[in-house]
Amino acid sequence: MKLSGGDMLMRALREEGVKFIFGYPGGAALHIYDAIFRQKKIEHILVRHEQGATHAADGYARATGKPGVVFVTSGPGATNAITGLATAFMDSIPLIVVSGQVASHLIGTDSFQETDMIGVSRPIVKHSYIVQRTEDIPSIINEAFHIATTGRPGPVVIDIPKDITAPENKFEYKKPSKVNLRSYQPKVHPHPGQIKKAAKAILSSERPVIYAGGGAIMGNASTQLKALNKILNVPVTNTLMGLGVYPATDKHFMGMLGMHGTYQANMAMHNADLILAIGARFDDRITNTPSKFAPDARIIHIDVDPASISKIINADIPIVGQVKESLNALIKEIKRSKIKIDSEAISKWNDQIKEWRRLHGLDHEMYLKKSKSKLIMPQEVVQQVYKITKGDAYVTSDVGQHQMFAAQYYHFDKPRRWINSGGLGTMGFGLPSAMGVKLAFPNKEVVCITGEGSIQMCIQELSTCLQYGLPVKIININNQALGMVRQWQDMNYSGRHAASTYEESLPDFVKLTEAYGHKAFKVTQRNKLGPTLEKAFALKDKLVFVDVYVDQSEHVYPMLVSPNGSMKDMWLSRGKKT
Amino acid sequence: MKRVLAMLVENKPGALARVVGLFHQRGYNIESLNVAPVHDGSYSRLTVATRGTESAVEQIMKQINKLIDIIKVADLTEGDHHELELALIKISKVVDLTSMKKIIKPLNGKILKNDSTTCVISVTGTSIDINNLLRNLKKNKVIEIVRSGSLGLHESNKTLTI
Repeated sequence: MKLSGGDMLMRALREEGVKFIFGYPGGAALHIYDAIFRQKKIEHILVRHEQGATHAADGYARATGKPGVVFVTSGPGATNAITGLATAFMDSIPLIVVSGQVASHLIGTDSFQETDMIGVSRPIVKHSYIVQRTEDIPSIINEAFHIATTGRPGPVVIDIPKDITAPENKFEYKKPSKVNLRSYQPKVHPHPGQIKKAAKAILSSERPVIYAGGGAIMGNASTQLKALNKILNVPVTNTLMGLGVYPATDKHFMGMLGMHGTYQANMAMHNADLILAIGARFDDRITNTPSKFAPDARIIHIDVDPASISKIINADIPIVGQVKESLNALIKEIKRSKIKIDSEAISKWNDQIKEWRRLHGLDHEMYLKKSKSKLIMPQEVVQQVYKITKGDAYVTSDVGQHQMFAAQYYHFDKPRRWINSGGLGTMGFGLPSAMGVKLAFPNKEVVCITGEGSIQMCIQELSTCLQYGLPVKIININNQALGMVRQWQDMNYSGRHAASTYEESLPDFVKLTEAYGHKAFKVTQRNKLGPTLEKAFALKDKLVFVDVYVDQSEHVYPMLVSPNGSMKDMWLSRGKKT
Repeated sequence: MKRVLAMLVENKPGALARVVGLFHQRGYNIESLNVAPVHDGSYSRLTVATRGTESAVEQIMKQINKLIDIIKVADLTEGDHHELELALIKISKVVDLTSMKKIIKPLNGKILKNDSTTCVISVTGTSIDINNLLRNLKKNKVIEIVRSGSLGLHESNKTLTI
């Protein structure tokens, strides 16, 4: 049967198992949208801004592991998708963004709503296509999904000129054969010699640390990581992107590391004699000053992307391969090895970490019990949400202090539960990504922990939530200021709060949410926090916005001292350094 | 230190832009760039001359390799290789042709045209050879220069092919 380009596109997406498309129509995309109308298998979610579409598809991808799909039109539709593309690119999230383009004969003439989408998006995509022949659509879609989901995943843009999808131009739909690209053969299996070296180094270490990041989640290696540490019993830390890949409530888990990592995790990294890095990339929010990073440690680095290895910190034993396959091989090798880990040394090391945790670990509950303050502490909000949702919710966040508090105090035991923009740090990510998660898992609790700054960057998506019935819970940690900016201004600019407050201009979030057709509560008193949150979460089928006014002066601690600090140099609280 | 990188790139729309863009995005400089289709024309061979420390060049190569359209990449300066550049130079009219021929002979120089106002010569050699020649030509008025940028090929059995 002959199909138009638009119908081919929809059929190819169906064959890839796509269930949702997040998008926004426009002139150059109208043939494609007409093809959506002619089919019933894939549901299109109409967002209120293209940025929302990309973040929603991104949230869907992070929670499910399947690529998220976005449709936008040319020009402003395409450029509005750029922030979401960059967000997905930095965190290696598989996205397929189909952008309408002006008709082929108009390209290059500065025609209405024309933008060179391929050019604009080039630095922030894994790959991109401009479709030149309608017949190529099935194979391009097939290739795009292959590229987006294999190796180090990432977003792929497919730009389609309007004439390519015209309903009158029909072609035979040729089912594409298996993708085989001579220029793209990502490595799956690790080199056995490197695995042997790694096993030997681990088993002869006395102060090892497992440092696992987002790559371990994207590589679905949580089970393998737990199995590895069943044998080793060594301390584990996760990056912001890796939270949940190792259970936070396990006794070996030290919490997050890095800029706002726990005291014990950062101290363990600095004093380790061996660091096993798994799908983590030693970025500047982790290492602090690279030349002062973990002076005594040998580094084993497992990553599917060879360019991540020895980029910032030189790896003594590099292992290129999928995390899952690499860990399986490592476990096998460790079991087979005649060398046995020095359990006495490891036990001493674990005791040392226990001691660090006792000295300065995150223990806000103790502090809160002692505190007589009537103001709500932001950490307390996250702790209450954790308690009420029994630690089993999908939590999305935006960017800033609330994000760090959520990462520190919501203890994730499962991978893909913590959905945040780690690499790019995109404000506005929280609400739309929560929509994507809720569509994927309608029966699960989905919470967006946000701040009054971030939420206003994509608040229009409250309307989308009403249209598609997406009862997410929005917890707005409202400190009436751009908290993280303010914190840096307090610490580095003598408290000069340039453009980080709103004076009296904040909206009444309760009224605003109600105007969008949802339920909302405002909390200002400590004793009302728990009961209000309980009430909000009890409204199962409603989107509820809880606006929590918190202590404006609170900072996020610990915080690495920079510039020129090492990982052991931390601010532990206001004015108190290690 | 100067490095000469060779790469095979799929002949697809935008492939060259990806390579060039990558150098800029990651803060590396391109000293010279040469590109043309080879063999069956389905792919092109690029030669890029750049400067950087060993670790910087290793990182450039890894990042280039990540581009989907890149088939292969090699650092020719790592081992024995041939490096050659073609230059066409337009100078003011040459009176003493014999001595000019002598100057350009080591660079396989040819006088393509010598008329009443200008003289066009072609030379091939390493980039350093050509730089030196241009210095020697200072007394003749150099009007216009075009250079191909470095071209490189492994010596002996080592190859960069599909």
